[in-house]
Amino acid sequence: METIEKTDLSQIIKPENLVYAKPELMNDNPMHYCPGCSHGVIHKLIAEVVEEMGMAEKTIGVSPVGCAVFAYNYLDIDWEEAAHGRAPAVATGIKRLNKDKMVFTYQGDGDLAAIGTAETIHAANRGENIVIIFVNNAIYGMTGGQMSPTTLEGMKTSTCPHGRDIELNGYPLKISDLLALLDGTCLVTRQSVHTPSAVKKAKRTLRKAFENSMAGKGTSVVEFVSTCSSGWKQTPEQSNNWMVEHVFPSYPLGDLKNID
Amino acid sequence: MSEEISLLKGNEAIAHAAIRYGVDGYFGYPITPQSEILETLTLERPWDTTGMVVLQAESEVAAINMVYGGAGTGKRVMTSSSSPGVSLKQEGISYMAGAELPCLIVNVMRGGPGLGTIQPSQADYFQTVKGGGHGDYRLIALAPSSVQEMADFVGLGFELAFKYRNPAIILADGIIGQMMEKVVLPPFHPRRTESQIIEECPWAANGRKKSRKPNIITSLELDPAVMEQNNIRFQKKYEEIKKKEVRYEAYLCDDADYLLVAFGSSARICQKAIEIARAQGVKVGLLRPITLWPFPSEIVAEYAGKVKGMLSVELNAGQMVEDVRLAVNGKVKVEHFGRLGGIVFTPDEIFKALTEKLF
Repeated sequence: METIEKTDLSQIIKPENLVYAKPELMNDNPMHYCPGCSHGVIHKLIAEVVEEMGMAEKTIGVSPVGCAVFAYNYLDIDWEEAAHGRAPAVATGIKRLNKDKMVFTYQGDGDLAAIGTAETIHAANRGENIVIIFVNNAIYGMTGGQMSPTTLEGMKTSTCPHGRDIELNGYPLKISDLLALLDGTCLVTRQSVHTPSAVKKAKRTLRKAFENSMAGKGTSVVEFVSTCSSGWKQTPEQSNNWMVEHVFPSYPLGDLKNID
Repeated sequence: MSEEISLLKGNEAIAHAAIRYGVDGYFGYPITPQSEILETLTLERPWDTTGMVVLQAESEVAAINMVYGGAGTGKRVMTSSSSPGVSLKQEGISYMAGAELPCLIVNVMRGGPGLGTIQPSQADYFQTVKGGGHGDYRLIALAPSSVQEMADFVGLGFELAFKYRNPAIILADGIIGQMMEKVVLPPFHPRRTESQIIEECPWAANGRKKSRKPNIITSLELDPAVMEQNNIRFQKKYEEIKKKEVRYEAYLCDDADYLLVAFGSSARICQKAIEIARAQGVKVGLLRPITLWPFPSEIVAEYAGKVKGMLSVELNAGQMVEDVRLAVNGKVKVEHFGRLGGIVFTPDEIFKALTEKLF
């Protein structure tokens, strides 16, 4: 009887048997993201979409300040690392001067919805032909779990240890709803990557966003409602469940705007 | 197209020169006394002729970050503003120095601090040559004293910025920006092609070709050992600039007993003060730093052995005088004369200050 050790792998690893492979654009650098974090999956989706569109040589990413500041270490495309909140302005400069390139920003909720609100709104209002990828985990992850503009009412963070108090800190900012109101946006959508079907759906939407940018339709905003198990002080599984139960009601998934 | 002689404001000359020097993009935000730069560019519509992009940003912060984005792809990109707006740009300027991005910034100075006044001033000398933003970095700082130099320094600024992969700044003031003079505009230089940019800027993030590794524009390095090496590399570059790029003008210095040291519009007023002095038998010369950084320390030190005293004449409370004193190193008396808050001195006032402070 043939043992598994004796199996000739070359008989199995054949192109016709391939059902899944890591995108080539994603390198083997060990990621710094925490277990249960959504960034890894979202990175992979970008790599897949860019690769499938055949745009690897024409794509320029803009990484933010926050957990994804090192996004440039994982996807083998050209990148510019922006100052905190300034990614949409940096992307504007890139795209305006390089119209044939595919340009996206990758930003968290602190970067996009607090310090960078002006740059975000004005880039979208000008209808810059860029994709804004917005990873909303309702907390500042990189700096150790402080309150962000999208932190939920009553949610505890290191700077609202008794829970977010609306009277003191204002309301969770529904920035994507705001962006959907602007004439410059063509696609504003909320996605998630917490289940395989959500990942597949998110990928389709992401592709549409990138296609919009090359078709000159205006700004596409893809918000990913995401987990931060370290910041939320939960296990990866708990954080996925907590997101479905508590975050989705405030930031419901689906298209806020989708113009064909 | 060839050179063209025009009568222009300094700000207008900057705009026309930008188009003619083949600049790829301008991003700015209105502020007095430099708004004519953006106004002239939008009136000229260079996007229809040279393909130059001109965009009014939502803030100075956004404008400098648009410059960062474009410069990171190897393009020739510039912005302009006046003092309060340039303060807002400091974050982006520091990031560009850290990421070693070439660009051109124009500051048409007005009186401060704060919102201050819209009248001319030279009170941003410290901000320009001593840092401005955070971290150990330097800007190549050019100080025009004529409308002609406003135009010329657009070309020179970009040349130096790309030679050293470092931001360059034109430090003008409200007088130079607003006054009209004859100017010879340069012939049209075509914008560089994509392949020329790839050849000139192999570091640029303009789409990764399979033959090379990804280009990453960043100022971030968490490993302090590597970050120290980055800083050492910057400092070596700055030393090289100090050695090779000092520019100044010496006017009637050879027989001078006293030296006025002044830049920009102050240097123009000093020329008249020198006429007045010489008519009264006092031999006064003018040393005009053209590069404020690198500062012409060597030539200032040389004259320190020849003259009886120096007067640093500035539209501020005494900023460049510190660099003059450092260069002179106690050899002769160095005094400062200035007017503040948007008031401009007269030639008589300068001569009077010279006699009171140095005789």
